[in-house]
Amino acid sequence: MSYSSKSPWLIHYDGSSCNGCDIEVLDSMMPLYDVERFGIINTGNPKHADIFLITGAINHQNVNVVKHIYDQMLEPKVVVACGICACTGGVFKDAYNVIGGADKAIPVDVYAPGCAVRPETIIDAVLKAVKILDEKAAKMDASEKHR
Amino acid sequence: MATRSIIPFGPQHPVLPEPIHLDLVVEDEKVLEAIPQIGFVHRGLEKLTQKRDYNQFVYIAERTCGICSHGHAYGYVSATEKLLGIEVPRRAQYLRDILEELSRIHSHLLWLGLLADAFGFEALFNHCWRLRETILDIFQRTCGGRIILSVLVVGGLAHDIDDADLKGICDKLDGIKRDYLEIMDTMLNDTSVKSRLCGVGVISFEDAMELSMVGPFAKGSGIEHDMRSTGYGAYADLEHFEPIISNECDCYARCKVRAQEVVQSIDIIKELIAKIPHDGVGGKSKAKVVPEGQSHVLIEQPRGEAFYYVRGNGTKYLDRFRLRTPTSQNLGGLVKALQGVDLADVPMIILTIDPCISCTER
Repeated sequence: MSYSSKSPWLIHYDGSSCNGCDIEVLDSMMPLYDVERFGIINTGNPKHADIFLITGAINHQNVNVVKHIYDQMLEPKVVVACGICACTGGVFKDAYNVIGGADKAIPVDVYAPGCAVRPETIIDAVLKAVKILDEKAAKMDASEKHR
Repeated sequence: MATRSIIPFGPQHPVLPEPIHLDLVVEDEKVLEAIPQIGFVHRGLEKLTQKRDYNQFVYIAERTCGICSHGHAYGYVSATEKLLGIEVPRRAQYLRDILEELSRIHSHLLWLGLLADAFGFEALFNHCWRLRETILDIFQRTCGGRIILSVLVVGGLAHDIDDADLKGICDKLDGIKRDYLEIMDTMLNDTSVKSRLCGVGVISFEDAMELSMVGPFAKGSGIEHDMRSTGYGAYADLEHFEPIISNECDCYARCKVRAQEVVQSIDIIKELIAKIPHDGVGGKSKAKVVPEGQSHVLIEQPRGEAFYYVRGNGTKYLDRFRLRTPTSQNLGGLVKALQGVDLADVPMIILTIDPCISCTER
């Protein structure tokens, strides 16, 4: 990616992650990895966010919280599943309270595997997400003109 | 007469990396009561012992929490080894404790950074996390992983850390200490920091005893309780160990305890590396089954005392694994500390117990 049409803001939610991936998500915003150089800012408000980073598996308690955050975000939006638990359920797949990966609750666009997911992988996934965000925005524009 | 209102706090909130929900009952700006609701991170990890054998379960135990991952694996393997009657080589015990102290440094640096962020000191936040990267580099070099180390097995360590690497750790720690002392000076003596921390979220010595608080939260209220004093593992060989305590009982005291523990951990690691024996690191246990019986261990995590219990039933699967985490002990203290404080101080008080929700809910 050499150019992005806007500075995407992201929101992070910890599903039932062990914390490892959350810390790495925060870490990728720190001076060493610094995703802010791509204009990316971590926000706490779903309405301000374009990219939804979700870590950890979906369980019976948080499934509605995740859906709720996703519904509050405005279109176009992209979901990134960070870490193997968010991708498939990971080592906790067999646990009785775990439903599975993030895609059991909301549509996921980018999967970033790893246990814990490395900051490099997160940056890579977020940049892919930015591309998808642009595509989704272009599609929305096209359908607008068509109307 | 002021009206009462209830402010929902969490589960998704900028100050919380992890989900916990609190209903804050407020009257004007004062918090009257905080009602916690938990369960957002519950996975049902303890029950997985019935699907993973005792060797495989190390990976699950380690993933109880990503910050104290090494500590959880350490507690689990120690309890299982006790049940199996395995004597672990001294070198393995030393290396485990060195890694445990490194985890403590990285956990405390992470926490000091988050606290700085909570009271709006961005530069300090970034400096703490920058220093923390050095510890993660050490983990990556010696164990392979940055967060989940996966180096412990029931019976010892998966691989040795050679003396050249240990010397490298010593050198890196010297560098960290120099930088850290500067940060610590700002953290403990800066006027703006003190004005946000001193006298906030007070828990008296009596209350802390009554609520059985553990770790830096208790030490900040003057309770001299640290499992490392009991001398498990390699801690028995330390020349001198005294828990760091503080008697101010407020957020500042907890910050001071953690800040000083980082320096203490650096000294412990250097002493252990200087004394480390060379009797091998053991290897994965070959025992086919875990005998009937039970055992427990208590270890000092960065957040305080953690309790591990295992029960065998004569098969390769454990009958029961039970873990009591420091945060679950401290939640009572948190609810108490939140009564009657200003709404603006809530994020800071929640942070000063260093909540680790994923360990607590498992």
